Amino acid sequence: MSELVKVTIDGIEVEVEKNTSILEAALKAGIEIPSLCYLKEINEIGACRVCIVEIEGVGALQASCVYPITKPIKIKSHSPRVLKSRRRVVELLLSEHHRECTTCIRNINCELQNIADNLGIRDLSATGETKSIPLQQNNSFIVRDYNKCIKCHRCEAICSKIQEIHVYSSLNRGADTLVSPAFLKDLGETNCITCGQCVIACPTASLSEKENLWEVWESLKKEDKYVVVQTAPSIQVTLGEIFGMETGTIVTGKLACALRRLGFDRVFPTDISADITIMEEAYELIERLNGNGRLPLLSSCCPAWVKFAEHFYPQLLNNLSSCKSPHEMFGALIKTYYAKKEGLKERDIVTVAVMPCTAKKFEASRPEMGWYGYRDVDYVITTRELGRMIRQAGIKFRNLDDEPFDMPFGVSSGAGAIFGATGGVIEAAVRSAYAIINKKNAEMGLIDFEEIYGRSGVKVGTVNLGEKNLRIAIAHGTGNARIILDKVLEGEHFDYIEIMGCPGGCVGGGGQPILGGRDHKRISLDYRHNRTDALHNIDLHSQLRQSHDNPDVKKLYEEFLGHPLSEMSKKLLHTTYTPRSP
Amino acid sequence: MKINNIDDLINLKNKMQDKIDNRLKVNNAIKKHDVLICMGTGCVSSGSEKIKDVFIKMLEHRGISEKACIYSTGCFGFCKLGPIVVIYPEKTFYCQVGIKDVKDIVDEHLAEGKKVERLLYKSPGTKQVKEAIDSIPFFKKQQRIALRNCGVIDPESIEEYIGINGYFPLYKALTELNPQKVIEMIADSGLRGRGGGGFSTGLKWKYASQADSDEKFVICNADEGDPGAFMDRSILEGDPHSIIEAMSIAGYAIGADRGFIYVRAEYPIAVDRLEKAIEQARGYGLLGSDILGTGFNFSISLRLGAGAFVCGEETALIRSTMGKRGEPRPRPPFPAVSGLMDRPTLVNNVETLANIAIIIQNGPGWYSSTGTERSKGTKVFALAGQINNTGLIEVPMGTKLKAIIYDIGGGIPGGKKLKAVQTGGPSGGCIPDYYLDTPIDYESLSSIGSMMGSGGMIVLDETSCMVDVSKFYIEFSQDESCGKCTPCRVGTLRMLEILRRITGGEGQEEDLDELMELGEDIKESSLCGLGQTAPNPVLSTVRYFRDEYIAHIREKRCPAGVCSMKDGVTVETV
Repeated sequence: MSELVKVTIDGIEVEVEKNTSILEAALKAGIEIPSLCYLKEINEIGACRVCIVEIEGVGALQASCVYPITKPIKIKSHSPRVLKSRRRVVELLLSEHHRECTTCIRNINCELQNIADNLGIRDLSATGETKSIPLQQNNSFIVRDYNKCIKCHRCEAICSKIQEIHVYSSLNRGADTLVSPAFLKDLGETNCITCGQCVIACPTASLSEKENLWEVWESLKKEDKYVVVQTAPSIQVTLGEIFGMETGTIVTGKLACALRRLGFDRVFPTDISADITIMEEAYELIERLNGNGRLPLLSSCCPAWVKFAEHFYPQLLNNLSSCKSPHEMFGALIKTYYAKKEGLKERDIVTVAVMPCTAKKFEASRPEMGWYGYRDVDYVITTRELGRMIRQAGIKFRNLDDEPFDMPFGVSSGAGAIFGATGGVIEAAVRSAYAIINKKNAEMGLIDFEEIYGRSGVKVGTVNLGEKNLRIAIAHGTGNARIILDKVLEGEHFDYIEIMGCPGGCVGGGGQPILGGRDHKRISLDYRHNRTDALHNIDLHSQLRQSHDNPDVKKLYEEFLGHPLSEMSKKLLHTTYTPRSP
Repeated sequence: MKINNIDDLINLKNKMQDKIDNRLKVNNAIKKHDVLICMGTGCVSSGSEKIKDVFIKMLEHRGISEKACIYSTGCFGFCKLGPIVVIYPEKTFYCQVGIKDVKDIVDEHLAEGKKVERLLYKSPGTKQVKEAIDSIPFFKKQQRIALRNCGVIDPESIEEYIGINGYFPLYKALTELNPQKVIEMIADSGLRGRGGGGFSTGLKWKYASQADSDEKFVICNADEGDPGAFMDRSILEGDPHSIIEAMSIAGYAIGADRGFIYVRAEYPIAVDRLEKAIEQARGYGLLGSDILGTGFNFSISLRLGAGAFVCGEETALIRSTMGKRGEPRPRPPFPAVSGLMDRPTLVNNVETLANIAIIIQNGPGWYSSTGTERSKGTKVFALAGQINNTGLIEVPMGTKLKAIIYDIGGGIPGGKKLKAVQTGGPSGGCIPDYYLDTPIDYESLSSIGSMMGSGGMIVLDETSCMVDVSKFYIEFSQDESCGKCTPCRVGTLRMLEILRRITGGEGQEEDLDELMELGEDIKESSLCGLGQTAPNPVLSTVRYFRDEYIAHIREKRCPAGVCSMKDGVTVETV
């Protein structure tokens, strides 16, 4: 236990651990000091100056987010002097910001707007030149609007420190400063892995997803199109947040209902395709354990991680599972197996995937993800875009009844659900691998984890598959992935490694709801834990917890694919990778 | 050859003694002249390297090479009159020496002992000839401590530095004083940071020494960036070993064994001399391990800056030293606790360090006997602008502005009237003529809205427009803002826009209040010293020269006739 220090903030006394920041201490005292650039443990740079406070005996105003409390001090966080300067700082930010709130993608969910409102700013005393840099959107996943950037560097911090991609850095000096990829390149021309963590971190609309919801509306309007939607496992535990529900609220039934009301012809959970992925990947693992193919097997269901591997670890591309990610598999099956079953023509089917993710947008556009001119998945929309569609349709989401998904494919296992959180894929795969090898289902708790390397983002464990012990690892966040991949390159033995591009896995995905509006002071991104717990609850309460026991999956293999890794499987459900420049 | 112990050092000094004595001591039986040619940036750019070559060739040609030794030396300070050649032991000061003049100096002075009158200094008013360097008023009122070796020794010769007692203070510190005692001496001397902040050097050393760490660093801040200032450059060019020695002493005092000199790449001569000096010191074992047989280890490496003004701010400098973009970070923690590689780091400015060895040599009492109560010692200034004697000067703290401008600086050229003196560069302010009796020290300058800064001193006469001057400085700060914090990045642009309106004839009455208000807010809320002081030039000119602003705004007129009053005005064609 570290030393405690008593401080007084606005007359309220509070006791905190030594070196706690004033901003954190104030929260403890029930005082919210506004801030913009601060993200706990990710971006602590004191740059925006919004959180400045007055400290007795210290001449200049200090940024409370980075001022460590080392001795008893008296702080004024909202004195007239502080408010005058804070207001000025926000006015200056607004003076270079394209203030088009009513048509902005982050309207009512913008941290800058919220602070300006709280400070009651009605007019700017000093205005002048504002930049007019064209939108950068020459890619399929993220739109960069430099005219709304407030130079908080949160995108840069998350990309550099958490993801370790280093796409963003400062460019130019003075008022010309931009936070951007080198040479002001479009993200599509960089080694961006498309994870969208920068979008999640952005306090304004300087970074946002490339919207595809308008194409989806267009498809829904067309009578001759049969529009099939699938929703990723994590959507059911995050969508509710957009409608003011607590983080981690499970809204599976309302989700299915809302999609049906929007006019989709069929509404399926991607969870079942996760079950199919497990079948393919579990067999692939067994094949490789039998000496056919390289070990360790690296999971491939996260397209951000796949692109990361293509850029930074091309020497390990043969270790990647050849499985497409679940939504792509599902798209391919809908346009083949399901079309045949329902007597539909491929060209009349539109496949839409609701994903927690901007990388899935990129993935859907990859040339490998289609055949004969058809795309496996026509449109990917994020959780946020689905939220917007529901609002546009005037659907009162919270009042919706619970409805089931459509059949077939409406039944999925708990194993499929946990795909949406870190560790879920490996857990699901070893459950099935155990069963395949031992001809019986395992007890739960197969994996014995030891926390290693001092970072909770990396775990190593052993799995008893009966005849064999597997050494496995999981990492989430590509910065953490590097740790484990470097171990592999150094020759350390692993059999199977699961990597998720985003911290926390899909629950922390770049397409998930951004809690940045009036009700949420966003100083960290750790609300994803509630979402993870919700997914584990779904698994825990599922009657069906093994992918290979899913009756619809069994039927699919009987009627269409034959068996895992069959010729048809390989044609529709597997893919190849391309080394890219680092 | 290695200098392994004090005996080796004394031997080398003794060997050099005659040579140095021959130069500095008045000796009636002149056997041999020492010709010292300034190799500071100013004189080099007007051809002093060529002049040196011609001297050597001419002496050979005449067959009288034994009559004189030709040396390079550091800056004399009287840059306006460069290239400068001083001949010892007579101390004859020749100015604006051209290649064609070398012949006369060789034939008349060196061969015959006759002075070349036309190259001697003449007082601007009386035309009275002053032969010896110390008889010239520009030098007479100066007291050179930091610049003590500039213009006296060859900066590229470690032997000459040792010959005038160099590296003896280091030996004294390592053997006679423990680290605490060294820090005490520096604290007792009253020396304060010469980079602009004016923080007690001894206290800074004490904090760095108290920090607990397996590794510590000493950094010399040679990222001099104020427009028109070149104090540090001249010291590095003229006396690099004094910096190396001081850093070693600092390393011993705080417990560091590695040092870095962060120097601008735009100072190629300084970089070159530093590289040579470090190489020589390593060669003699005065850098490296077991220095002078005392067991103390210290090494120094150079880091070249790309010329960003903000890198003079110590936290930005530390980041840049590590190869990152030069951006300041909030303090605390101060570098003395967490700096380079998150280790305790002592950052001292060049001029500060230039005072260290001599304080150790002569004692803190000797140093603190010069200066004022709270500002001890001397300060180097770069005199520039509308003044007769532009150049580099060093005066005791407490010297009045008037003495600097009129006695040393020789007054304003062309009989013009002095309007203001700008000190402290982009962080400082403009001092109006009625404050000329202000003694130069940290507190006095702050109290009249300016600051000591690093030592830039720009004299402005009646032809300068104060609005234009403040626009220049705010434009500088805006260009050089690192862009990290909001007030400095955006606020200085908004100030600049208002000033452009005013100088363009489009100013409004309320602009002046907004300018002041905005300036105060930027000072309050900026992250680092650059932003916190950037509005000073504007605030001080509005304070002292409000009528000029008013003339621009109300009468659309620039009293000095500098501003076009048309910038930004759209001329409509009829």
